[in-house]
Amino acid sequence: MKKVYVNEKWCLGCHLCEYYCAYANSGERDMVKALTNLQIHPRIQIEEQNGISFAVSCRHCDEPLCVKGCITGALTKQDGVIVIDKDKCVGCYTCILSCPYGAISHNETGAIQKCELCTKTAEGVPQCVKGCPNGAIVFEER
Amino acid sequence: MPINFIYPDYEVVRDNTRCIRCRACERQCANCVHSYDAESNFMKSDESKCVNCHRCVSLCPTRALKIVRTPHTFKENNNWNERAIEEIYMQANSGGVLLSSMGNPEKYPVYWDKILINASQVTNPPIDPLREPMETRTFLGKKPSKIERNPDGSLKDNLPPQLELEMPIMFSAMSYGSISYNAHESMARAAQALGTYYNTGEGGLHEDFYKYGANTIVQVASGRFGVYNDYLNAGAAIEIKMGQGAKPGIGGHLPGTKIVGDIAKTRMIPEGSDAISPAPHHDIYSIEDLRQLVFSLKEATEYKKPVIVKVAAVHNIAAIASGIARSGADIIAIDGFRGGTGAAPTRIRDNVGIPIELALASVDSRLRDEGIRNTVSLVVGGSIRNSADVVKAIALGADAVYIATGALIALGCHLCRNCQSGNCNWGIATQKPELVRRLNPDIGYRRLVNLLTAWNREIKELMGGMGINSIEALKGNRLMLRGIGLTEKELEILGISHAGE
Repeated sequence: MKKVYVNEKWCLGCHLCEYYCAYANSGERDMVKALTNLQIHPRIQIEEQNGISFAVSCRHCDEPLCVKGCITGALTKQDGVIVIDKDKCVGCYTCILSCPYGAISHNETGAIQKCELCTKTAEGVPQCVKGCPNGAIVFEER
Repeated sequence: MPINFIYPDYEVVRDNTRCIRCRACERQCANCVHSYDAESNFMKSDESKCVNCHRCVSLCPTRALKIVRTPHTFKENNNWNERAIEEIYMQANSGGVLLSSMGNPEKYPVYWDKILINASQVTNPPIDPLREPMETRTFLGKKPSKIERNPDGSLKDNLPPQLELEMPIMFSAMSYGSISYNAHESMARAAQALGTYYNTGEGGLHEDFYKYGANTIVQVASGRFGVYNDYLNAGAAIEIKMGQGAKPGIGGHLPGTKIVGDIAKTRMIPEGSDAISPAPHHDIYSIEDLRQLVFSLKEATEYKKPVIVKVAAVHNIAAIASGIARSGADIIAIDGFRGGTGAAPTRIRDNVGIPIELALASVDSRLRDEGIRNTVSLVVGGSIRNSADVVKAIALGADAVYIATGALIALGCHLCRNCQSGNCNWGIATQKPELVRRLNPDIGYRRLVNLLTAWNREIKELMGGMGINSIEALKGNRLMLRGIGLTEKELEILGISHAGE
């Protein structure tokens, strides 16, 4: 299954992936309208220290602790992608605590948010990958 | 604080109705032009630091940025123009020689733009390269003057070593040090994929790139950096650099601050020491001396590799080329006055040398007149900008062309001409790891392959239009060219007729 991978060798720490992620998940058709005067909460986030940077998003683990820990069955694995059913989520945050990558965060509208590989966005393909100027984020089989 | 006489050249125009404060511009500008003011939630810019490289413009996700020339002006004066005045301010301030980079940007004639290409109509048919075979393969090297036979009548193989190019375009010399590791890797991989060659320049060959040796031309310049037996034998050909189009008659100076880590190792000089290439080769003061170096290099490589001698296009280039042809060199590379550089004194870049078009025509004519044209191949560089320039160069008599500025532009260079600062925002002319990283060779080499593949297609189209199906038949075929708006003298030197003739 194709997943989002990051090669830290080419990550520039420009943070554009975060903005493309926030835009893709905003549902807006205009990036300026979607992101102006907004503190973004992207599903992919850059970690950086001492000149090294890389983007972190959901690994879509083979044995996902978040899915195991979810008390309501809101998180499930469908065709390899870990997806959220917002209607079922009660906001217990067990998944946020159990994710070893810190890839799940709380969300202003629903209870939690995480990368769903843009399967629910208008474009349908990961926009962080498309927006990365240096090919550091890839969407591929491994 | 002393008076600052110079107003910044550019203005950073930010459309605040579009800016989403993502701060990509701030993070990507190595010159620290942009900054964010959290209190007012506004991006600010200090245009005095801007070099107009367009890194921020290209990465801005909402196209909120553009760089414009400042309308700030001096009183109009055709003689004492803005540049003349500002250069005096700079020199009065620093007491130093002005430095510039990339090729001569001044308003000299570009002869390529005054030459038109022929096409077939009625009396001979054009050829459609999509339907019929079309050959752009070229061989560079000395060609035998006569056919020799063995006692049994079979042909004797008397062909000296040749370079085989799938298209008549090679990447010109740019040293590791002047450009980055990733730029070199991009060119090496592209040359391999395309079946052509790239050139190490004078900085030696990084150990990682020996595997691309079959597509590498190794250079021996006056500083002899990184030259040893394995290096000479690693490449497909050896180039002796006598001069460079951007700065004929002077050497080079890579400051010690750039001689770090792998660059020092590859150049085989101590870290932090200045890499100074003398203006002359101190063992070459005549054609006879050059011959000694040519044959020393041939000895070192067992006569298996062609030797190129690269010179800058200067006033008596025809006589110089004739001498080089007689020195035993297999290929002469001529670099015109628009050729690029990582750093050169401005006055030299802008005032020394001659256009490559004129140099090429006069060298080709001279070598033909002397009956020695077959003893060398001619490669020209110094601002070949597109496939039409390539076709015109070949019709004027070149066997192949060198491109370097064009290749760097393909890699992202925006010709801001600040290579000498070492702060290249595109990861090309820099050695800072955080900047070098910006040029991903996986992307870079594909862009170079795309560029030359496109050019090769266009060359075939142009050749097909002329009814020519082999690049060999275009070589020196000046009847395919006509001048437009040129004087009698210019036409005479170029050896072409005027349009309409």
